[in-house]
Amino acid sequence: MKILVPVKRVIDPYVNIRVKSDQTGVETENVKMSMNPFCEIAVEEAIRLKEAGKAEEIIAVSIGNQSCQETIRTALAMGADRGIHVLTEEKVEPISIAKILAKICESESPGLVISGKQAIDGDNNQTGQMLAALTDMPQGTFASKVEIDGDKVKVTREIDGGLQTVNLNMPAIITTDLRLNEPRYASLPNIMKAKKKPIDQKSPNDYGVDVTPRVSILKVIEPPKRQAGIKVENVGDLVEKLKNEAGVI
Amino acid sequence: MTSLFYIEHANGKVSDQSLKAITAASQIEGDVHGLIVGSNIDEAVAEASKINGLSKLLHLDDAAFDNVLAEKLTQVIFNIAGDYDYFLAAATTTGKNVMPRLAAKLDVSQISEIVAVESADTFIRTIYAGNAIATVQTSDAKKVLTVRPTAFKAATTDSAECEVAKINAENIPSISEFVGEELTKSDRPELTSAKTIISGGRGMQNGENFELLDKVAEKLGAAVGASRAAVDAGFVPNDYQVGQTGKVVAPELYIAVGISGAIQHLAGMKDSKIIVAINKDEEAPIFDVADYGLVADLFQVLPELEQAL
Repeated sequence: MKILVPVKRVIDPYVNIRVKSDQTGVETENVKMSMNPFCEIAVEEAIRLKEAGKAEEIIAVSIGNQSCQETIRTALAMGADRGIHVLTEEKVEPISIAKILAKICESESPGLVISGKQAIDGDNNQTGQMLAALTDMPQGTFASKVEIDGDKVKVTREIDGGLQTVNLNMPAIITTDLRLNEPRYASLPNIMKAKKKPIDQKSPNDYGVDVTPRVSILKVIEPPKRQAGIKVENVGDLVEKLKNEAGVI
Repeated sequence: MTSLFYIEHANGKVSDQSLKAITAASQIEGDVHGLIVGSNIDEAVAEASKINGLSKLLHLDDAAFDNVLAEKLTQVIFNIAGDYDYFLAAATTTGKNVMPRLAAKLDVSQISEIVAVESADTFIRTIYAGNAIATVQTSDAKKVLTVRPTAFKAATTDSAECEVAKINAENIPSISEFVGEELTKSDRPELTSAKTIISGGRGMQNGENFELLDKVAEKLGAAVGASRAAVDAGFVPNDYQVGQTGKVVAPELYIAVGISGAIQHLAGMKDSKIIVAINKDEEAPIFDVADYGLVADLFQVLPELEQAL
């Protein structure tokens, strides 16, 4: 079985983002970039399934500009076998990403697609579900546990009130939540080895997908800043203020 | 223009999250129709039919929908999609699971977790964990939106009963099946609808110490939450998590205990009306957003607070 893992390049989660002064977006020039943390969890899960003998090959896909190759290399260094880079300078929306991935699913026929539940830049939380719709596959979103049993996959999902378990026919789409696993660091020998692993370069045109955005960003601003309040001396003070000043207890 | 709003329910009651999010639908010009799906849902249908702003309620009552899976619910909405211009749901784990699947079937982009309606095609949403606010405009004819409930006031359920119509399940795929659910049992209010929340972070040191928060929560009628650090450390389950990757909350009073105030946590709670921070590190960034800060050892403060309330 093959596992397809889409990976996205985003601003590193530990970087404080800066909104551009012309309100057109967020500054990404000269900012440290990394693989989206939920995508790292997806790569890790695929590798663990391969190590457990449930999968033979892991294909990492990234869609975006030339530097997405680095993100694919990171996945290869972690343990993915080969990469597909769909080169485009356009800011590709989830619906178009899902269409490209659906075409890749057609040619690669993976048994599972494991993606992150959301990217920490756009916070859309859409691509996995959209890909599932386009390929008519079932979806196990926000997964905290994945167990393959024959031609079914049992997925434990993080839902608002607790956990839900579903059984999906394979091929299926899984999106990862935080507690699924802890991603490994790539070792130096594996980073060296990853340089020799193949990355296929494609374009959206090769898949016949029009990536023109349907949603335009009119304005991006900073959220209103919250002012720091006061320090209280002790619990008595705190309770008094909450009662009489704020009126919330 | 007509909007279809997917109404969630549990134990015979319409979900508070849906009541809040439906207010966004009411702000879009045109009629709002509700869709409610489940098995033996007479009570919830009765309540939903009185939601202010709804002009029609569609319901599907079928044993096959005892548990609502994305693959099935998407098809139910898709079957009637020709009649609607807007499709909305609360950005709960159900809304987030179903609506993008619907959007792709309709070949449109989805706009996720809107916090305001600007006009018929323009909406406001947060990006980068709430560190930036984007105004976006869609060119798609059919619009699929999820709504962040905390950004809207709940609709009341005291209007006269609206028109109620039954729909049937057709072409429902059977590619997935429900196995089970393990819901966290608690006498506390739900995090996302609680008026007061007390949350613990890594400073709580272990899961047992969350009892100290429970005791204070009891006095305040509060929900108990946690930072991602506390969840990652295994102190409490993930459904406690407040933050960009967990739940986004906006209670009247938010008490952060032993939480340093990482960006990702702040994103989930900074719209709270009053924020209290209790932390022994006076440099902790949580104090920058707190209305009231108490620099002290939480293990001393929590029993005192319980006493004082």
